[in-house]
Amino acid sequence: MFAIIEREMRKFFRSPFLMMMSMVFPLVQLIVLGNAFGGKIRDAKIGIVDQDRGTQALRIHEAVDSVRANLRTFVPLTYDNERAAMEDVRIGKIQGAIVIPPDYSRRVYEKNHPRIALIVDNSDNFMSSTFTDHVGQIVEALNQPQIEPRLLEQSVLEIVELYPYIEYMKYLLPGSIALAMFVSVMIGGGILYIDDKARGVHEGYLVTPISKFELIFGLNIAGAVKAVMSGITITIIGSLLAGVSSIFDPSKLLLLLTAIVCISAAFNTMMFLLLVRVDDPLVPRAVFGILNTLLFFPSGAIYPIQAFPTWLQWIARVDPFTYAVHSLKSLLLKDAGWAAVWPDFAFLGGFALVAGLLAVPLFRRTL
Amino acid sequence: MTPPPAAAANGNAIEVVNIVKKYGDFTAVNDVSFAVKEGEIFGLLGPNGAGKSTLIRMMTTLIPITAGLARIEGHDVSQDPDAARRAIGVIPQAMTSDPDLTLEENMSIYAKLYDVPRQGRKETIAELLELVDLTKWRNAQTKTLSGGMRRRLEIARGLVHDPRVFFLDEPTTGLDPVSRVAVWEMLMNIKAKRKLTVLITTHYMDEADRLCDRIAIVDHGKLVALDTPSNLKHSVPGESVIEAQFLNAPADWEEKLKALPGITAVQHEGAAMYRLLTATASKTTVALVELAVTLGVEVKSLTVQSTTLDDVFVHYTGRQLRDDLVKTVYQMPERPSR
Repeated sequence: MFAIIEREMRKFFRSPFLMMMSMVFPLVQLIVLGNAFGGKIRDAKIGIVDQDRGTQALRIHEAVDSVRANLRTFVPLTYDNERAAMEDVRIGKIQGAIVIPPDYSRRVYEKNHPRIALIVDNSDNFMSSTFTDHVGQIVEALNQPQIEPRLLEQSVLEIVELYPYIEYMKYLLPGSIALAMFVSVMIGGGILYIDDKARGVHEGYLVTPISKFELIFGLNIAGAVKAVMSGITITIIGSLLAGVSSIFDPSKLLLLLTAIVCISAAFNTMMFLLLVRVDDPLVPRAVFGILNTLLFFPSGAIYPIQAFPTWLQWIARVDPFTYAVHSLKSLLLKDAGWAAVWPDFAFLGGFALVAGLLAVPLFRRTL
Repeated sequence: MTPPPAAAANGNAIEVVNIVKKYGDFTAVNDVSFAVKEGEIFGLLGPNGAGKSTLIRMMTTLIPITAGLARIEGHDVSQDPDAARRAIGVIPQAMTSDPDLTLEENMSIYAKLYDVPRQGRKETIAELLELVDLTKWRNAQTKTLSGGMRRRLEIARGLVHDPRVFFLDEPTTGLDPVSRVAVWEMLMNIKAKRKLTVLITTHYMDEADRLCDRIAIVDHGKLVALDTPSNLKHSVPGESVIEAQFLNAPADWEEKLKALPGITAVQHEGAAMYRLLTATASKTTVALVELAVTLGVEVKSLTVQSTTLDDVFVHYTGRQLRDDLVKTVYQMPERPSR
């Protein structure tokens, strides 16, 4: 068995290109997605069509200027007519427009349903909801009485954030580490395993007196060790890139290592079970995309599971990625301990055991 | 049929008894029996797809046997595969050494797989690499070797646990003529230095003729002949072959050729080429030339050669080995369903 592990490890270190490629994809994803998503909108162009030109319209101009000066969400541009502003929103020259109708100020004074209009490009959900939120807040501020009562009459929701502000890059980090281990088992435990079969390397093993169990354990341990190395490397590099300091906490290191070992074992046995009867080297390459989509995306790595439809939540429930991401998130971002992660470890360990046991009868000791 | 006694009692290193391999309705090996004596080099000769590799794979525990039995040194390969595996060294058709590892590493991994004791492992590897003339490249990655050198490494690797029975599945296929001769010489050298029984499959007649003590001809999954190369050649009617090509031959030319002195068989090969088997080569050749001159037939080419294994193969299978080789390239056989 140790001869098989030795051979796999020597081969692994002889092909640094493969080792690096298994880590490059998750790192690129972490850097690109981490920086692309989760940022705040800045300097979006908003058109203002002022048909009123009254004092109340001036208050709206002041409020928009104030947003421009502080949050920098908008850059206001003045338009003479509604039609031109709407056309510019349509072609993307500006991202939205506020229309102040001719009788706005009069209606405010008369308290007669004063209205302003917000034109948004609703094909871009993120931009339109940001505009709706900000302009909504401006309108709310305009509606406030000039002199506020000493005691607040309305209920107020105070949000208490348990953890310091988590950037999207940090949010992505646990998923990226799990993905690095998945890519590692896909290449190290999947593609290379089938390639070795196709090239006849396994034929060489099968004529030796090595037992079926030794072969299965040898191949799985070797695949899991490669994934552990990949996981540790990405945990360190990814934490440094995303600014996560948990890796410098000695009390977390053992738990992190346990998580990485459990994840590697679960992923590798799953891959072995899926490919145990496959002989065609094209198959693992073809299923990689499907498995990646089916396992990575429902795991909560890039979007919360609670937002999924029920059927997708069921996939998430049996997906080892979910428990991998949860345990890594708990340890890296939430400063949680054993109590938070032991159910994840139990699931991943149990998953590895069941997948390994299922693979034993399916593995053929002959060609 | 009662199986023969174990090797220890009858001196057979390999025994194959009424062995059958079926893939669904397709019978790849059909009721084949033979025995290989200890210390013998035994050849399985046949075209691609004849069932040679299937036979060797059954004997080396790589595929299950449908019916019949195979014994290696008295161990039934189906009942006691591990004992059989310990007794054999196998060089499969594919190059199974890892191209990323060095020669020594490849040898060492296999030594460990066979539980070769740590003490003396290094010396054994060095000795074997010396035997196959690869000591100079022991630290080179296997992928940097030529095809012939890789094949020699495979052979050395197959001997790392000191097997008593050595299986080689088409060891020189794909090698250039110089590398083939080098592999043959190396095998003879190994055979001279070690007590080894060798079973080799090949579709090269010259290889089988030069290396093997006995040859079994396999065709369409059946054993069609088994004897020493010399006895097989003698078993073919006529001891020599005259191959001649004619121009302006009359319609009854084949009949006239059959009437020549010493002729035992005439085969028309097409394109006015004839193959004549004769017991008296010189007499027949003179008579042939005289006949051609008398009838005004032009002799375009004429060669006289002693009986070869090619003739033996044609005699037993009714076709030439090279025809089958060409067919396998241009006309893929139907894939058997498992």
